[in-house]
Amino acid sequence: MAKLARLHLDETELDEFTKQLGDVLEHAKDIESLDLEGVLPTAHPFGLVNVVRSDTVTASLQRDAVLRSAPDAENGRFAVPRIVGEAP
Amino acid sequence: MKTARDIAKNVNNGSSATLELEETLVRIKEQNDELNVFLYVDEQGARAAAQRVDEIVARGENAGPLAGVPIALKDNLCTVDVPTTCASKILDGWRPPYSATVVEKILAAGAVPLDPSRVPGGSSGGSAAAVASQMTTLSLGSDTGGSIRQPAALCGIVGVKPTYGLVSRYGLVAFASSLDQIGPFASNVTDAATLLEAVAGHDSRDSTSLVEPSPSLVAHVEDGVKGRRVALVRELVDGADEDVVESVMKAVETLRAAGATIFELSIPELRLGLSAYYLIAPAEASSNLARFDGVRYGLRVDADDVAAMNEATRTAGFGKEVKRRIMLGTYALSAGYYDAYYGQALKVRTMTIEAFKRAYQQADLLIGATTPSVAFAFGSKTNDPMAMYLSDVFTIPTNLSGDAAISVPFGTGEADLPVGVQLLGPGRSEASLFSAARVLERADGRE
Repeated sequence: MAKLARLHLDETELDEFTKQLGDVLEHAKDIESLDLEGVLPTAHPFGLVNVVRSDTVTASLQRDAVLRSAPDAENGRFAVPRIVGEAP
Repeated sequence: MKTARDIAKNVNNGSSATLELEETLVRIKEQNDELNVFLYVDEQGARAAAQRVDEIVARGENAGPLAGVPIALKDNLCTVDVPTTCASKILDGWRPPYSATVVEKILAAGAVPLDPSRVPGGSSGGSAAAVASQMTTLSLGSDTGGSIRQPAALCGIVGVKPTYGLVSRYGLVAFASSLDQIGPFASNVTDAATLLEAVAGHDSRDSTSLVEPSPSLVAHVEDGVKGRRVALVRELVDGADEDVVESVMKAVETLRAAGATIFELSIPELRLGLSAYYLIAPAEASSNLARFDGVRYGLRVDADDVAAMNEATRTAGFGKEVKRRIMLGTYALSAGYYDAYYGQALKVRTMTIEAFKRAYQQADLLIGATTPSVAFAFGSKTNDPMAMYLSDVFTIPTNLSGDAAISVPFGTGEADLPVGVQLLGPGRSEASLFSAARVLERADGRE
């Protein structure tokens, strides 16, 4: 799970979290065991769907302003370490 | 302490917003070392805002309903070029390239925004403490599972979780998008209504923003509760400490004496809210917080390749509780567990909504406690997250249903600490909540 979430947890944290998350999942047994066949899931409380606006051109954020607070930028883009290829 | 209403009235009549701000800055300087509420105070920006207000009034114009009123902002609300970090290392040094809609709106209403915040109650505790300590007159926070109402109750002030979509979330750093809502803190009901009225309204930059015109709130604060049907909900007091229950019962009698029809109601589905919430909120948070990967904002911890950099950055940048919730959310959404946990929680959410709908056919408003107990000692629950999560049991259902609720201080409990009474209503019932809360406020000796 930690790998999926891009987190590194040390042994102590793994033990601690395993117990604590177990407690939460134990509490969740009250809903896990319910028979909810036929009940529809809710993702938005008022059932909002497909919000569209008119297709008009409006000003967007300035690229430089967005890149200013990035950890690293180059040629008007966010810069990151190597993604593919062989290790040096 | 002057109310926001007094300040705005005086400033619109020619008293100086700049002077009001300087007094506020002095109070912050005197108290912040001890209370540690403000992470950052944008003195320059605030002075410019106050000066603009003074200039508007000098031209003979009205500077707005919040003219010259200093307002603290929770540190998850973006203000252009002002550090916004969610009090987390992960956003260290980030200065947003834009302002949240609510920041633009309070500026347009003449307010003077200041940037905080931290923990007496979670998670808008800094915003609550700013008002409770009288450093600022008003503040804005965000409420995902009770993060406005809970600290308001513990600090003895008014806190509102508005209807989902009433206030634009554009420029709010997202935690759990289907639950998050921005709302006001104030020392009194009228000021809370004034601030909510100023920030409510449709915003095309937030696709979940309600399209209906924003309601008139301040005009209804003194409407009273005559003829209103108010239900005391068993599940919203069961398990609360005796001192808290006693305040709720007194509040019920106060509303009855003011002409409301009172009856008791049981909504058993509300008991399931906690479990549903602690699956849905972490699931959404794990997804929302995926964006903090060391690429676009704040912190980066260097490593040889991009995946190692993502992991090193997130490991160093997120605090323990955040990691715990990301782990829980990742688990709840993972293949094999999705249906049993997240899917099931979404269905329970439907049940909660239906249960509230049935309740609101019988009652106009519901009443209960905001928190099961008065304020607990700092650090006393951080090693047992489940115990900490249980303190949200009365506030969570309203976030799941998207409806509105308010916490208003009423009486005191153990060690003379404040008790918060919670009033709940259907979507867009804020005017009615404010008028009922005002009845309680007056009866509690705050004219």
